Amino acid sequence: MATVAAKRKISPVEEIDINEGVNLFVDEPPDSEDDDDTTDSDSSEYSGLEDEPDTDDDDGDEDDEEDDDDDEDAENDEDEEDEDEDESDVEDSAEETSSHSKPTNQEIVTAEPDDKEGKITQLPDEYEYDSSDEEDIRNTVGNIPMEWYRDYSHLGYDVEGKKLLKPEKGDELDEFLDKMENPDYWRTVSNKLTGQKVLLSKEDVKIIQNMQKFKNPVGSDMYEPWIDFFTNEKMIHPVSNRPETKASFIPSRWEMLKVSQMVHALKMGWMKPTPTRKPDEEDETNFYMLWKDDEEPEITRQYRQYIPPPKVRLPGHAESYNPPEEYLPSEKTVQRLKKEIARGKTRTIPQKFSSLRLVPGFKYFIRERFERCLDLYLCPRQRKVRMNVNPDDLIPKLPKPRDLQPFPTTEYLVFKGHKGIIRTISPDPKGQWIASGCDDKTVKIWEVATGRCIKTFNVESKVKGVAWNPNPSLSIIVVAVETSLIIINPHVGDKLICSKTDLLLNSFEEVELPPAPTDKPKVTEWELYEDAEYELGFRLKIKHQREISQVTWHGKGDYFASTMPKGESKSVLIHQLMKRRSQNPFSKPKGLVQCVLFHPIRPFLFVATQKYVRIYNLMKQSLSKKLLSNCQWISSMAVHPGGDNVIIGSYDSKLSWFDLDLSTKPYHTLRHHTMALRSVTYHKRYPLFASASDDLSVIVCHGMVYSDLLQNPLIVPVKVLRGHKAAKGLGVLDCQFHPSQPWIFTAGADGTIRLYT
Amino acid sequence: MKRKRKYESGAATAFITRNQALRKLQLSLKDFRQLCILKGIYPQEPQKLKQATKGSGITRTFYFVKDINYLSHEPLIVKFRQTKRFMKRLTKAVHKKNDDAVARIKASRPKYKLDHIVKERYPSFIDAVRDLDDCLTMCFLFATLPTSFSVKNRSVQLCRRLTVEFQHFVITSQALRKVFISIKGIYYQAEIMGQTITWIVPHKVGYQQPSDIDFKIMRTFVDFYTTLLGFTNFRLYHSLNLHYPPQLQLAGEKDETETKCLKSEATEERLAAMTQTLKSMVTDNIEDAEVDEFPVGNPDDPDFIEKAKLESEKLNQFQNLFKGKKFFLNREIPRESVTFIIRSFGGEVSWDKSLAVGATYQESDESITHQIVDRPSVEKQFLSRYYIQPQWIFDCVNSQMLIPVEDYFPGVELPPHLSPFVKEKEGDYVPAERKQQIRRQQGIDSGVEEDDGLMDDDDDDDDEDEEEEAVEEEDDDEEEEEEEEEEDDSDENSDDEEEETPKKSKKAVKKPVKTPKPAKKPKDMAVTPGSVEKVNLNRKVQQQEKEEKRLAEMMIPKKKKRLYQTIVKSQTRRDTKIQQLKEKRKVINRRNKLAKAGGE
Repeated sequence: MATVAAKRKISPVEEIDINEGVNLFVDEPPDSEDDDDTTDSDSSEYSGLEDEPDTDDDDGDEDDEEDDDDDEDAENDEDEEDEDEDESDVEDSAEETSSHSKPTNQEIVTAEPDDKEGKITQLPDEYEYDSSDEEDIRNTVGNIPMEWYRDYSHLGYDVEGKKLLKPEKGDELDEFLDKMENPDYWRTVSNKLTGQKVLLSKEDVKIIQNMQKFKNPVGSDMYEPWIDFFTNEKMIHPVSNRPETKASFIPSRWEMLKVSQMVHALKMGWMKPTPTRKPDEEDETNFYMLWKDDEEPEITRQYRQYIPPPKVRLPGHAESYNPPEEYLPSEKTVQRLKKEIARGKTRTIPQKFSSLRLVPGFKYFIRERFERCLDLYLCPRQRKVRMNVNPDDLIPKLPKPRDLQPFPTTEYLVFKGHKGIIRTISPDPKGQWIASGCDDKTVKIWEVATGRCIKTFNVESKVKGVAWNPNPSLSIIVVAVETSLIIINPHVGDKLICSKTDLLLNSFEEVELPPAPTDKPKVTEWELYEDAEYELGFRLKIKHQREISQVTWHGKGDYFASTMPKGESKSVLIHQLMKRRSQNPFSKPKGLVQCVLFHPIRPFLFVATQKYVRIYNLMKQSLSKKLLSNCQWISSMAVHPGGDNVIIGSYDSKLSWFDLDLSTKPYHTLRHHTMALRSVTYHKRYPLFASASDDLSVIVCHGMVYSDLLQNPLIVPVKVLRGHKAAKGLGVLDCQFHPSQPWIFTAGADGTIRLYT
Repeated sequence: MKRKRKYESGAATAFITRNQALRKLQLSLKDFRQLCILKGIYPQEPQKLKQATKGSGITRTFYFVKDINYLSHEPLIVKFRQTKRFMKRLTKAVHKKNDDAVARIKASRPKYKLDHIVKERYPSFIDAVRDLDDCLTMCFLFATLPTSFSVKNRSVQLCRRLTVEFQHFVITSQALRKVFISIKGIYYQAEIMGQTITWIVPHKVGYQQPSDIDFKIMRTFVDFYTTLLGFTNFRLYHSLNLHYPPQLQLAGEKDETETKCLKSEATEERLAAMTQTLKSMVTDNIEDAEVDEFPVGNPDDPDFIEKAKLESEKLNQFQNLFKGKKFFLNREIPRESVTFIIRSFGGEVSWDKSLAVGATYQESDESITHQIVDRPSVEKQFLSRYYIQPQWIFDCVNSQMLIPVEDYFPGVELPPHLSPFVKEKEGDYVPAERKQQIRRQQGIDSGVEEDDGLMDDDDDDDDEDEEEEAVEEEDDDEEEEEEEEEEDDSDENSDDEEEETPKKSKKAVKKPVKTPKPAKKPKDMAVTPGSVEKVNLNRKVQQQEKEEKRLAEMMIPKKKKRLYQTIVKSQTRRDTKIQQLKEKRKVINRRNKLAKAGGE
C-alpha cells in the first residue's frame, strides 16, 4: 500500500503537465470550468498534508489547508462511487507517514500491477470500455478538449454512464474573495477533467520550479548520501558464506597445456623473446660512406638507360619580387591571368613589392611541389632531339621570279561596263580584242589596248561560255546561252576577214546525207538568224536539249565542243562548223562532266568529270588514259600547248599538275589558294600558267616544260595578282592569257575585267 | 621453321600495363606506387602503341617488363607484405581492445631502410649530386612545414637537420653562385662537383596547407630524399675533411640558452644559426693546390692557360665577395637566407642577441661595416657603417661584385631585382638595368654616374626603335600608295570618254601630285607642275625580297610546312613580346623623364 501512496505523490506533477501548470504562478485564477477528479486531488492533498508538518513552519497555513481539504472531502462525499476508494486512500495516507522517504521510481513500476489488480477486482469492466492509459479514471470522456462541455451542467460520464456534474463554482466575487483571503490561492489549480480545485504542496511547487529552471525535478534528492556498503576496511567475515570452487585451487589443465606449448616453441626456436626496445636507437638514421670508390666501374650499373628527370624551368625577370616595370602586366592581363590561375594554367602574376618584408608566402608552393612529385613518378620520360632548324632552310631553292621574267606584274587596265557577274572571257587569236560573257545577258567585245567596249550583243539569257575561234583567218565567237550555242561574227578588226567569214558561213550547202535512222532523234538543231539579228552579227544557233556550261574550240577552228553536265549520255557534243552538224561521241554517261578540251596537236579529247580526267583518242575512238585528280570536285582544266601536261583546278582549292608522260597521278599539287579555284589557264607562248580563285587572287606561276624527257617540269610561283573585289561570295571567275604577250585578263564577280601586264 | 606469330616479340612483350604489373608483383596499388617512387621507376610510352596494346589500341599506363622484373627482386616488397600483415594484426588487437597485444604488436612494426636503393639508383656519387635539385627543394619545404597528422615531426626534424648540414657545406665550400628572390621563394644556385644545382626555399611566412593534396606521396618522396641527402651530406663533408655530423669550431663556448634547453637542442640551434665555422678533421690548413697547374683543354695554348688563370682568379674573388665585411641584421630581415648568403661569400654576420641563438657580436660593435635594414628609416645610426636594404646582398652576388650602396639605402626606392638565370640570346629583350649590370661587370661603367648610364641606355633603345619606326613608316607609305593607285584606276574607268594617255607618263604626273596630298582631285583637267619621281631603291629591293619570300614559302612541301609554320609562329610571338616590352619601357621612360622634369 505504501507504494500506491508513493505513486500518488508523484502523480500531481503529471496532472499539472496536462493542466498547463505553467499558468500556476500567474495570479489569475486558472480556468475553473472543470470538475474535480477526486482520487487525484485526494492524493495530492494527502501528500501535502503529510509533507507539510515536516517542512512547513507556518501552522496557520496548515490549518487553512486542512480546512480546504475538509471542504473538498465534503464534495467528494457527494460522489457516491468513490467512497470505497476514499477509505482506501485514507488508509494509504496512514501508512504513508511510516514509509514516506523510501519510495523510488522503480518501486512504483513494480508496484503498479498490484495496484491495478486491486482496481480490476473492484471495477472489473473498466478496461472493457475505456482504452485510456490513466490508471484511475472518474470521467470517461477520454482525452478530449473539455470546452465541449462548457455549456452543459455536467462534465462527462462515469464508468456506469451517469453524468458527472460540474462542481459548484462561485461567481467572480467569490473568486476575488478567495484570491484576497486565501493565502494558498496561488498554488491552487483546478483539474480540468473533474473541475475540482487542487492545492499543490510545497514539494510540488518546488518540483515545478525546478522544471522551469531546467533542473532536475527531484532537486537535491538526486545526490543522496552514499552508504558505503562494501567498505574499504578489511572485514573479518566474508560477505557471502559460499565455499570456494574447486577450480580455484586446482592448477588449470589448459594453462598447463598452453605453457608447455610455449616452452616447446621456445626450445625449438620458433618463439623468440620480445627484444627490449630502444626508441632512440631505432629512430636515429645512420649515414655512412655509401660511395666509397667512385672510380671503380660499376658492375651493378643499371641495365637500362636512366633518364634523369628534366630540371624545372628557372625563373625569368618577371618572377622577381621587384621586377623591372615593363614586366608588370596591365589591368587587362591581370584579369586574364587571374582567370588562368583559377583554371590552374598559371600560378603567378608578376607583382612588384617595394621591400622584401612585404613579400607574402606563395600560396601554391606545396601544390607545385606536389605536382612535381606526380610528374616524377607518373610521367613517361623520353629523350627528344630538339632540332635547331633555320626556317629559311625549309624553303626550297628555286630560281628567283626576277630571273623568270616576263610575267604579268601590275594591273594595267580595268574593263568596266558589265552589270553582273562576268563568267567567261576569251581573247581573239591575234590579241587585239577580247570577248566577255556576263550574267546581265550580254556579250561584249572590248579593245584590249584601250579598254573600250566596242560592241555589245544582247542574248536571251545569262552567258555561260564564250570562245573565240582560234583560227586567225576567221572572226567567229561561240557563245553558250542556256540550252543553245550562238555563233556570232563580231565584225571587229580586219573587214576582209569578217566578210570572208560571212562568205564561208553562207557557202554551206546541205549535203545529202544518208537518211539517219528515225528512231535516233537529232542531238541538236542548227538554225540560221535572219534580217535584223543577222545584221547585228548573229549567224547561227545550235539548239541543245540541256543547259550548256562550257564551250571550247579545236585548235584548227572547225570543230568545237560543248558540255552539258546534266546531259547524261549526251553531256559532250562535238560540232563541226563547216558542215553544220553535231555528233555525240559517247554512248554512255560518264558522270558529271565539268569541262572538255581538245588536245592542241593530236586528235585527243580531254573530258573532266567530278574527280577524274579521261583522255579519249578520237581517231581510234577509245579511252587512252584516265587521270586521278585526288581532289573532290574539278572545276577547270587547261592543257599545255605542248599537249603533254595538264593542270586541273578544283573547288577544294587545289591545283594539280599532271605530266602525262610520268603518271596518271599529279606530278605536283599546289595549295596556294585559300578558296575554290574557278579557272586555270596556260599561256600559249610563254612558260606561264595562272589560276583564279574565289579568294580574289590570281596566282601566276612559271611552269617550264623541258623538251628533255628526263627533266621534270619546273614550277615556280612568280606573282600574286590582286584587284578584284568580292561579290555574291564569288571572286575571280575566269582568267585568260593574251595569245602573244605575257599579259593576263581576269574576269571577276564584281563586273570588271582586269588586264595585268 | 617455327611460324612467327603476332604479338610474340617486340613492343608487345617489352611492355606491361600497370594492372598486369600489380598482378605480377602481388601488390596493392598503394604499395606499388610507393615502390615506384622509391625505386625511381616511371611509366614508359611505347612508340608502337598498337603493338604494345596487342592490337586493341586502348591507351594505358605502360611499364617496361624489365623494370617490373627488376622490382620483383626488391627486398622492400617483403617489408611491404610484413607491414600489411602487421597492420592487420594491429587493427585486430585494437578492435578487441587487447591493450597488451597492441603494445606488443606496435613494438614489432617492420622497419625498412632505403640505403641500398640510393646506391642502386645513383651508382656513382656524381649522379646523386646531379639529381639533388628536387631533393633539396622538397627537404627545404618539409623543414618549414608544421607538424600535423600527415606530416610527422620526425621527418620535419630530419629535413631541418639535413638542410642545415647542406647549407653548412655550401658555406664551407663556397659553392653558392646565384641567388634570386622571386614571388615563389628564394632561389639558390650552387656549383657542387661541377654540377649546377638549383633549389627553392619558400618565404618564411605562414601559408595555408592545401587539403586536397595527397601527403602520402610527398612523404614517400621525402623518405627517399632524406636518405639521399643524408648520404650525400656525409660524402660531401668528407670531401672537405669535415666532421660528420658537423661540429662547431668553438663548441666549448658557453651560451646562456644551454641552461634552458637540452644540450643537443642547443647545439642544433647554434648549428642552424650558421654564424660559426665548422670543425675540420685536419688541424693544419693546407693551402689549396695551385689551380693553374693542369688546365683542362689544350695545355699548349698559352692564351688558354692565361684565360683559365684569369677565370680562376675571378672565381676566387667572387667567392670571397664579402670577405672582411661585417654585417649586422635587423630583426625584420629573413635571417636564415641572408646569413647563408653572406657566410657563403666570406662575410661575418650577427644579429641582436635577443633575436636568436648564434649572435656573435652586438649592434654597438664599431667594426660592423654594413647593417641590413628593411624598414623606411633607422632611429639610431652609426656613422661607421652603411645602412642598406637586403636586396643589395642579392644583387651583389648576381653581379659578382660589390655594387654601389647608394641605391639601397633604407627608404630609397629599390632598383629592379633581376633574375640571374636569364641568358640573353641575340635579339632578346634586355632590360636597361641588365645592360648596366653587364657593363659594370666589364668595368666600363664606374657606377658613379649611374643615372647617366641609364639615360644612355635609353637613348640606345630609342635609336633602335627609331630605325624600326622608319621601316614601319615606309611600309605605311607603300600601303598608301597602293590605295591611291586604286583610286586613280577607278577614276579612270569612271570617265570612259577620257582620253587614254599612256599609263607610264600618267604615273609620272601622278606622283608629285600625291606628295602635297590634295584633299580632292581638281575636277577640271589641269596640268600640275611635275617633279622628279623619287625612287627609293632600297625600299623597292626590300619589298621585292619580301614578295619573293612569300612566293617561295608557297612552294614549301606539305611535309615541312607545319614545321616551318610553327617556327615562324613562335618567332613572331617572341618578336611581338619583345616589341611589347620595348614599347612599355619607352612609355615608362617618358613618364619618368616627365616626373623628373616636374620634380625639378
